[in-house]
Amino acid sequence: MSAPLRPVSSLGWRGGGEPAGDLVLSRAAVLDPRAGLDGAYDVVVRGGEIAELAAAGSVEAGDAEVVDAEGRMVLPAFFDPHVHLRTPGDEDEEDLETGTRAAASGGYCGVLAMANTQPPVDSAADVRSLRDRASEEAFVPTGFLACVTRGMAGEELTEMAELGDAGAIAFSDDGLPISNARVMRRALQYQHLVGGQLALHEEDHDLSRPAGAHAPHKGGVMHEGIVSAALGLAGIPSVAESTMIARDAALAAYEDARIHVQHLSARESVAAVAAAKDAGVRITCEATPHHLTLTDEEVRSLDSRFKMNPPLRGAEDRQALIDGIRSGVIDCVATDHAPHSIDEKEVPFEEAAMGTTGLETAFATLHTELVIPGVLQLGALVERMSAGAVPFGLGPPSLAVGSEASLVLFDPQAEWEPGAEGWESRSSNSCFAGRTLRGRVLMTVVAGRAVYRQRSFAMGVA
Amino acid sequence: MRHLLAIAELERGDIERIMERAEGFAEVGRRDIKKVPTLRGRTIVNLFYESSTRTSSSFELAAKRLSADVVSVKAAGSSVDKGESLKDTIATLSAYGPEAIVIRSPDAGAADLVAGWTEAAVVNAGDGKHEHPSQALLDVYTLLHRLGSLEGKRIWIVGDVLHSRVARSNVLAFRMMGAEVTVCGPPTLIPRAVDEALGCDVTYELDGLAEADVIYALRMQRERMGEQFVPSIREYVAGYQIDARRLGSRQLLMHPGPVNRGVELAPEVIDGPNSLIAEQVESGLVVRMAILYELLAGGRPRPDGGRTGDPEDVGTPTPIKEPA
Repeated sequence: MSAPLRPVSSLGWRGGGEPAGDLVLSRAAVLDPRAGLDGAYDVVVRGGEIAELAAAGSVEAGDAEVVDAEGRMVLPAFFDPHVHLRTPGDEDEEDLETGTRAAASGGYCGVLAMANTQPPVDSAADVRSLRDRASEEAFVPTGFLACVTRGMAGEELTEMAELGDAGAIAFSDDGLPISNARVMRRALQYQHLVGGQLALHEEDHDLSRPAGAHAPHKGGVMHEGIVSAALGLAGIPSVAESTMIARDAALAAYEDARIHVQHLSARESVAAVAAAKDAGVRITCEATPHHLTLTDEEVRSLDSRFKMNPPLRGAEDRQALIDGIRSGVIDCVATDHAPHSIDEKEVPFEEAAMGTTGLETAFATLHTELVIPGVLQLGALVERMSAGAVPFGLGPPSLAVGSEASLVLFDPQAEWEPGAEGWESRSSNSCFAGRTLRGRVLMTVVAGRAVYRQRSFAMGVA
Repeated sequence: MRHLLAIAELERGDIERIMERAEGFAEVGRRDIKKVPTLRGRTIVNLFYESSTRTSSSFELAAKRLSADVVSVKAAGSSVDKGESLKDTIATLSAYGPEAIVIRSPDAGAADLVAGWTEAAVVNAGDGKHEHPSQALLDVYTLLHRLGSLEGKRIWIVGDVLHSRVARSNVLAFRMMGAEVTVCGPPTLIPRAVDEALGCDVTYELDGLAEADVIYALRMQRERMGEQFVPSIREYVAGYQIDARRLGSRQLLMHPGPVNRGVELAPEVIDGPNSLIAEQVESGLVVRMAILYELLAGGRPRPDGGRTGDPEDVGTPTPIKEPA
């Protein structure tokens, strides 16, 4: 049986720019389905914990800071098991400070950083150095994954036991698949010794790179379908993803190992995960806000902000992902926050880098596109926004009395335009820039410390 | 029209207007002095990131026939070779104040991007495997000359549709002009969902070819054969080559060039009586003149203060002499 879940705040972070003062969020609409909470309370935070959930308007403030939360919601803070902080190597795109500030502004109390940096994180020294830096620079608790294979080359396993001892929270070659089934199987076998989760980027390059070995850089650049046929762009077929998920689910079952499938994009993939879960395979998975809200129709504009891997797919794929989030086949939302410099995006679509930022817009986007139209219950979304902690051995935040106080103050009415006031991230390649979103994070609290206050809210004008 | 980026962005009226203007320029081409002063003093940049013979030469000659100054930049030997980005190259060339930039790029959407970075009118002379609108327009022009109208005509486009920007533009343009289009080729060279994407029929065999009024053969890109899209050229030829046996006497034959003799077309049909291939090249010149005219002179103020773009402006072009 797996080890007990440890708190998100045990990951490395600065521990807050502000000391953990006492805080009262008065007359808040509190919603935490996991804790069975849905009602108006005064939320009292003391000593970093949820000290009290009192009747709305009943608490005397005393020395505590009082935040008027009337008409606003208090939710458990979010957890993102899939971000790219570009450190080391591409700090011009993001670093630990800017990336985690972006996370805090999106309501996140913790993130897991992928290992496909320059160079990739595949030695114990790399992991230790990143953890040291996080304890000085990160606004929110940050865990680091290490590579499954040396240099992400897909050939030899990294020293996973040593990496685990050095503090790697899990293992992933994200950005690249582990194409070789023998290597994948070894990693699954070795998990019995090491224990860490294996987070998998599922893509069969033989299918997704149709130009073949002669021109590996000329691979597919978008979903293979009607839009790619109209634009003459090389497609990434859905089966490039779903067949690899099926392969790895079968291998995981055979080795009695556990896997976490990253960024599901296709309906065939949802079906593959559902079948594996039905068969008792220890498999979890995630979906991103962009795959849950956008389709390949966006690519008709040839705007490189809509180029990501896996690609935006068809309307039926999007619907299958929503159904998966609703039913729980998809365990959690992850952003795959992927910052890129302008120079990598201000080029023709086929040449552009893949990826979009997401931390600052995730919850507001899903609230606007899924909750307000009535497609998804707010409670279900709130639960999926932090459920990504569990596959990695971390406990999602709770608003139950006595829990560590990691929460979000959310204004469900506020309208705003992402990017209009700039970004916390160092990069601006957001596929949601310029849209009007409804609902905004006003404040993020991690273990009792306020790590983010939205500017106009902090100045008392919101 | 501000730019010519894609057939998908045009309406039938746009195509018809360009066809009429091309007709006027065809008349000019039959005169001793084939040049008109319409674009005198204006600069047109041809920026070619891919090799091209007929498209680049016909745009260059079209610009010269309209008396424009032409700067032709080829990627090889330019600063592009030294790693300059497309955006920086456009900024540099825009400093010359060109009225139009004609661009061919290996990347879909390159012309759209350029249109956002420059004041000049932008002509897409082929962007990746996306579109090649001037080719489609010259093909429509060629067919209108032969058939009078495309209404109800059946056009088969045969060959490597997957890698063909010509196929995409031509299906859209032919359909817009009222034709019914069928694409035919081996299943590995037909994009998934292309019927829904472009509104054409799809077939994998030439069995029904006899119904076609026009057969449009695509270039088979032999350099791709290492990737096994078809098992061999021999098998492709057996299944898809248009030869005298398959080409009916009343059917018209087209090809965008350059032809692989003996692959997509048998030698005897290339120069045969049904072939429009030479006419396509001739049409290319007048249609590209009409495109440049449409974008640069179509109703815009002239430098001399008058207005160009009245039909008679094309109908009564004033021949001028080359400056000494």
